[in-house]
Amino acid sequence: MKMLKAKNKLGLVFFPAFDWRISPSHPEREERLLYTQDQLSEEGIEDIEGIKFYNPSLAEERDIERVHFCVPDVKSRVTESHLISAGGVIKSLEMVMTKQVDKAFALTRPPGHHAQRVVYGDRGFCIINVEAVAIEKIRQKYGKLRVAIVDTDCHHGDGTEDIYWNDKDTLVISFHQDGRTLYPGTGFINEMGGPGGYGYNVNIPLPPGTGEEGFLYVLDNLVMPILEDYKPDLIINSAGQDNHYTDPLTSMNFTAQGYAQLNERLNPDLAVLEGGYSIEGALPYVNLGIILAMAGLDYTKVKEPDYNKEKLRQSRDITDYIKKTTDTVYRQWQMKDDLYIRNIRGRDYIQENKRIYYDTDGIMENQVRRFKVCNKCTGVNTIDSSNDRGRHILAITIPRDACSSCLDEGYRLYKTTSHRYTNVYLQDRVNDQYLIKE
Amino acid sequence: MIVAIDMGGTNIDGVIVEEGRIIKTIKRPTDRSNLFNTIYFTLKELLENQDKSKITRINLSTTVSTNAIVEDKITPVGMIIQPGPGLPYENLACGRENAFISGYIDHRGNVVEKMDTAEIVAIGDRFVAAGIEACGVVTKFSTRNPQHETMIRDLLGDRFATITLGHTMSGKLNFPRRVYTAYLNSAVHSSFYNFATNIKKSLEEEGVAVPIYILKADGGTMSLEAAQEKPVETILSGPAASFMGIRALLPTDEDAVLLDIGGTTTDIFFLADGVPLFQPLGIKIREYKTLVRAIYSVSMGLGGDSSIDLIDNKIKIGPERKGKPYAYGGPKATPTDAMMVLGLLEAEAGVKARAEEALDVIGKVLNLNTIETATLILDTMGEMIKSKLQGLLEEINSQPVYTIKELLYGKKLEPKLINIIGGPAKILAPILEKKLGLPCNYPSNYLVANAIGAALARPTMEISMHVDTSKKILSVPELELYERVKSSFSLSDAKERALNLIHEHAQKTGMPWDVEAEIIEETSFNMVRGFYSSGKDIRVKAQIRPGLIQELRSDENA
Ligand SMILES: [Zn+2]
Ligand SMILES: [Zn+2]
Repeated sequence: MKMLKAKNKLGLVFFPAFDWRISPSHPEREERLLYTQDQLSEEGIEDIEGIKFYNPSLAEERDIERVHFCVPDVKSRVTESHLISAGGVIKSLEMVMTKQVDKAFALTRPPGHHAQRVVYGDRGFCIINVEAVAIEKIRQKYGKLRVAIVDTDCHHGDGTEDIYWNDKDTLVISFHQDGRTLYPGTGFINEMGGPGGYGYNVNIPLPPGTGEEGFLYVLDNLVMPILEDYKPDLIINSAGQDNHYTDPLTSMNFTAQGYAQLNERLNPDLAVLEGGYSIEGALPYVNLGIILAMAGLDYTKVKEPDYNKEKLRQSRDITDYIKKTTDTVYRQWQMKDDLYIRNIRGRDYIQENKRIYYDTDGIMENQVRRFKVCNKCTGVNTIDSSNDRGRHILAITIPRDACSSCLDEGYRLYKTTSHRYTNVYLQDRVNDQYLIKE
Repeated sequence: MIVAIDMGGTNIDGVIVEEGRIIKTIKRPTDRSNLFNTIYFTLKELLENQDKSKITRINLSTTVSTNAIVEDKITPVGMIIQPGPGLPYENLACGRENAFISGYIDHRGNVVEKMDTAEIVAIGDRFVAAGIEACGVVTKFSTRNPQHETMIRDLLGDRFATITLGHTMSGKLNFPRRVYTAYLNSAVHSSFYNFATNIKKSLEEEGVAVPIYILKADGGTMSLEAAQEKPVETILSGPAASFMGIRALLPTDEDAVLLDIGGTTTDIFFLADGVPLFQPLGIKIREYKTLVRAIYSVSMGLGGDSSIDLIDNKIKIGPERKGKPYAYGGPKATPTDAMMVLGLLEAEAGVKARAEEALDVIGKVLNLNTIETATLILDTMGEMIKSKLQGLLEEINSQPVYTIKELLYGKKLEPKLINIIGGPAKILAPILEKKLGLPCNYPSNYLVANAIGAALARPTMEISMHVDTSKKILSVPELELYERVKSSFSLSDAKERALNLIHEHAQKTGMPWDVEAEIIEETSFNMVRGFYSSGKDIRVKAQIRPGLIQELRSDENA
């Protein structure tokens, strides 16, 4: 008799929040991780040497304020469940940074990748971006870190995109079902980032029906080469599981085996559960597959009850389409500096208009975003945002690497804003300060 | 009148308790080559000149099963394991013969792939040919649906002395542990069966025909007949006996640390509001992690006779015992020598002189006189216990929880006192009291605490109920109960049913007093499929917690 031993020391923050839901029949309900827990218990994961379960810590209000502008404030938007979910990612990332573990997987809920910088309410079951909250907390402690977030949820990680839009120290790669066919309707190839992070936001929209072959093709031929160029200090996988062929909300054909292989090849330091609502047919197997892959254990025997490789094979059309998309996106990555010269250089500000719909809470928001093009730093930026509930705010962000003139400009803007705003916020990431004016 | 025996590795203790009073105790060495005789002659001596008609029960804590496992004197077992998809399974091959079979049941208890009956028949033949006498049959998720396990048992027929089915071992989910538990149960079955038959016969010949109970690792007892069915539950009952002994001698209903400090080891236990802390899943024996419910106990290699070394000019005590204390002719200085030097332990002048000699050697290196050295040794011992306790408490208080309520407001174990038994208890109590800032109590008489614990332990049981109202199935694997329920079955119905089941079982197995069953875990999930509720997933755990048959009279433990 030989006991299983993990090759990589793996920390699991498994927090199913069995007493939390959005509403009784909502996909984000108490039952979501119940069968995953059953599967992990029955497989005896907790007895494997090198794998250990941990409780989440609790994120603090200031951890949220470092990333989000909650309107009117953190207290009125964020519940304990969100602080715990973010705390689970913080705990996981801290364990990785202190080398207490080689890798960590945060299986917490609610998810976060649809939560953008301005928060009026719940979007796509998310209120705060749990990964971003953890990354920014770690950066305050460990200084400059190049982080790559690879979002493998079926939905475009529009919240993560928004938060790191103007930050080239955080490469965001999202592959997802084409926004023309699925919420949130974004995530197209031409969404390349703001002037401070131009080209460091990479979207790969995939056609409905994409299977193992397609996902792994994108990984091998696009994601891995980009990561080789980028050389991140940390790789984080936003491991949404709704690409699964049984997911009720989406139309993809991915599998537990596929997720495990993807994870093994991507080799992330941290994985974070995002979406995934096939709670009986997918999550128990996908999560098991990811855990084994991260621990460096044999996952080849993990299979869904109704797994049928032949039936899930993607069509030739899809394969060809994905190859073309991959080529286009990779060429764009290679040309990002030229594109910057053509599209950004020489301009003082880049201004963008954006409409954001909060599907869970039914709120409509309009944003005017202004990014300063600064040759000394990432550049100060503002969001002028109003919603259909009568809020009109100004949110100012001074980036971590701000030069003194951008820093001054941020504070000047905060002090001199007109009275037409209901709230004005200043996020000073240089001094880790957050100010609110009503 | 209760007669009890606690058989340990070195000694066997016996005690007779009557109405809370200890009326007779004995202690003899254990003859490991003949455990039956050791128990039999101890019982005989214990019962000499006693009115046998007054005996109401006999409680035994034995090492019969433990020894069989540790010394590998076990029945050859053939394991039939249905792993289904999931983790690699080759490492589960624990039997003399092992067969991994096709078929699989999922987490909801659905049969996803049927098993192959011809395969089983062939395996049965192969096992018989290979001289296999006992079998273990375990399928993944068998607690959710035991159909394959029972079918396999029927197919194997009566060619084996015993067949253990995984789902009867525990209602908890953990396939590898279920495999090992079923394996061990079959492996020790004949050893324990023979022991039980002999002891029963011999007592009857002595004119003692009262119920016999066997101590379990969870601090409770089970009837001899039940133990013959599930002998694996009788492993490692020793720490449970000493735990129950401390509880009997020093009752408390607070958060507390219980210590049994012996010559070689210190055993550590915890109480939460007076209720014992259990191992989360089950006890480990040799390399096998099992589902056998057990009191949380940690043994550290630190005792009165632990050997003392100097490493980098620091005192290191244990974890080995290299022999007697130096004062008694042993090879190394020990804490016992330090106690003699300080006059805390009485010793003849010559003996004490040898203790001083041993400590002098250490003192010279450290630039300390003998008294200072002895003080430092005992202080180090206290420090070691303190840091061990702190580490354990941190671990216990960070056990994973799964609800926001538990995470934010869950109970944290915060000991208010320490209760100690064992040789050095009296001497170490003031040291620990100062180090930990907690009151430390010790009983005046601890010599047969283990046997007292065994004597006063009452029956325990635990059941895990799972109800799936969309499938209309209620299951309690431990009782082999799988029955239909209405789709309107509720959490409160489940709790009521669980408590009733415990009472019924208690009556059936002749537990001779009003058992106090309690619900220890309860959850109910709405199962939603599509946009509609399809039923409820209800989970309830109920138990009879370990407790004392009677309190010791206060003059027995002052
Ligand atoms: Zn999603
Ligand atoms: Zn600047």
